[in-house]
Amino acid sequence: MLRNRRTELLTAFVLVAPFLAVYGWLFLYPTFQMIEMTFLKAPLIGEGKWAGFANYAKMFRDPVMRIAVLNTAYFVLLTVIPGTIVALSIALMVRRLKGFMQSLILAAFFLPYVLPVTVVYVLWDWMTNLQFGMLQGPIALIAGEPTNIWRTTGWFMPGAAILTIWWTNGFSILLFLAGLRNIPAELYEAAELDGATRWQMFTRVTFPLLWPVTVLCLTIQLILQLKIFDQVYLFAQGGQTRATMVMVQYIYEQAFQKNNGGYSATIALALFVIVLAFSLFQFQVLRVRSVK
Amino acid sequence: MSEHSATPARRFDPGAILLTILTLIAAFIWFFPIYWGLVTSFRFDDETVTDFSLIPTNPTLKNYIFTIQNSDLPIWYLNSTITSVGVTVLVLLMSACTGYAISQLQFPGRKALWWMILASFMVPVSALIVNHFIIIADVKLLNSHLGIILPMLIAPVTVIIYKQFFDGLPRDFREAAVMDGATEFQLLFRIFLPMNWGITTALAIITFIGAWNSFLWPFLATQDEKMMTVTVGISAVQDAYGVAYGRLLAGAVLAGLPVSLAYLFFQRRVTQAITLTAGIKG
Repeated sequence: MLRNRRTELLTAFVLVAPFLAVYGWLFLYPTFQMIEMTFLKAPLIGEGKWAGFANYAKMFRDPVMRIAVLNTAYFVLLTVIPGTIVALSIALMVRRLKGFMQSLILAAFFLPYVLPVTVVYVLWDWMTNLQFGMLQGPIALIAGEPTNIWRTTGWFMPGAAILTIWWTNGFSILLFLAGLRNIPAELYEAAELDGATRWQMFTRVTFPLLWPVTVLCLTIQLILQLKIFDQVYLFAQGGQTRATMVMVQYIYEQAFQKNNGGYSATIALALFVIVLAFSLFQFQVLRVRSVK
Repeated sequence: MSEHSATPARRFDPGAILLTILTLIAAFIWFFPIYWGLVTSFRFDDETVTDFSLIPTNPTLKNYIFTIQNSDLPIWYLNSTITSVGVTVLVLLMSACTGYAISQLQFPGRKALWWMILASFMVPVSALIVNHFIIIADVKLLNSHLGIILPMLIAPVTVIIYKQFFDGLPRDFREAAVMDGATEFQLLFRIFLPMNWGITTALAIITFIGAWNSFLWPFLATQDEKMMTVTVGISAVQDAYGVAYGRLLAGAVLAGLPVSLAYLFFQRRVTQAITLTAGIKG
């Protein structure tokens, strides 16, 4: 029996060791290194000097940091709730279809989700091309004339938000479809017997029962969109990036273009804390669900 | 009672027909950017800006041939394949082993490890990019496949899913197999994992798609064009082409092809993986 106990311990160690090594080296260590760097005046690579809270003081006074935080918040506002509403509408539409037709239509809505961001970038760059883009018709209708939306401040964030909803919505659509499938059909039959209209069925049956999934989608999207970088970086490159700066982009700029390792770590820590706070909230939501 | 339960669904319902038509129109609009990119990639250069027909009048493979012959796309493809397959295999192996150990074995620190994994699930890895760069530069692995792979191995979600899956399996299996003298490794790889290959397939597909598509880390880790992944590469060369949208789009179509096919062939597995990651039993 004792021998068994020893082999069990040894196996456990062998099984867990690679994971622990990678985790220690590439997760725990960089996290602590990041925190340490926030107290240093340091280049990206190389020795730093102790700077106390100077980086923090700088961050709270930095006008570009303000822009980055506000733009990130604006982007979250433009994507999270609108995107979830769009996803729910699409899921409701797809659910009514059957068999092959359903798979086909779902694929049309879901396919953007599996594409790399640079592919999405090339596709939309072509769609919004100033001279030949297919979207210039609708854009001109709103703006009064064809507009290069990626070089026009008022258009940039809404444009990036629409593109992001188009790109990442597949995830929420699938969650809503799974949620819809879990609603017992008898509830609809009962509602139908009572002469409920389509709208009443949605507001009295579907939506209340989907509420937990809706909260889940909202929090997942919120955490995802706080980390916005790729799309904004790709569309802003070559132009004026300051006005459309977002948080991860500012980390990138400070670290890799300005060589301010310490300061970039401070911005990274700010993002880290913000995302962690929202994630704790999400964890609570999930826990409440699993207890139920 | 029985008269009422006759379903009214077969009746002519203009609302339902209208909704179906709206759905089809919405799906068409949603899919249009992809379709339009595809169509444009099959047109001759001068036609991309003169011909706006929905079906290309003179389809040509010229853009594809040009892109394959005149850019590093074949090498990027190889880089993407090596790194994505590497990430997928390593993530699944490490996650299955760790999930199994936490679920089935008793060892000191087990609870602490589980809480650490749950906690890391909440932490944004993108906040660590600067430090990942420093660490990987420190061991001289920038511009290498391993350097691209390493930071992408932080995948707590797959460990959590495996652990929960192993938790759900009946205890008797394990006891019977242990009686027969099976080792823990045999238990894991011959009994536990084969009990539901579906989960492993689903996780493999979603991990592969995620690795193929990841942009920020490979973008930072590769300055050498020969080491770039497709996802990074196609955005790096666009200036070299000028405004030749046909060529750009041909490169984009090739870059998106493996992940699109992975989804189209394994639609149900992708759905399963996504509902698993979100913690919903689909």
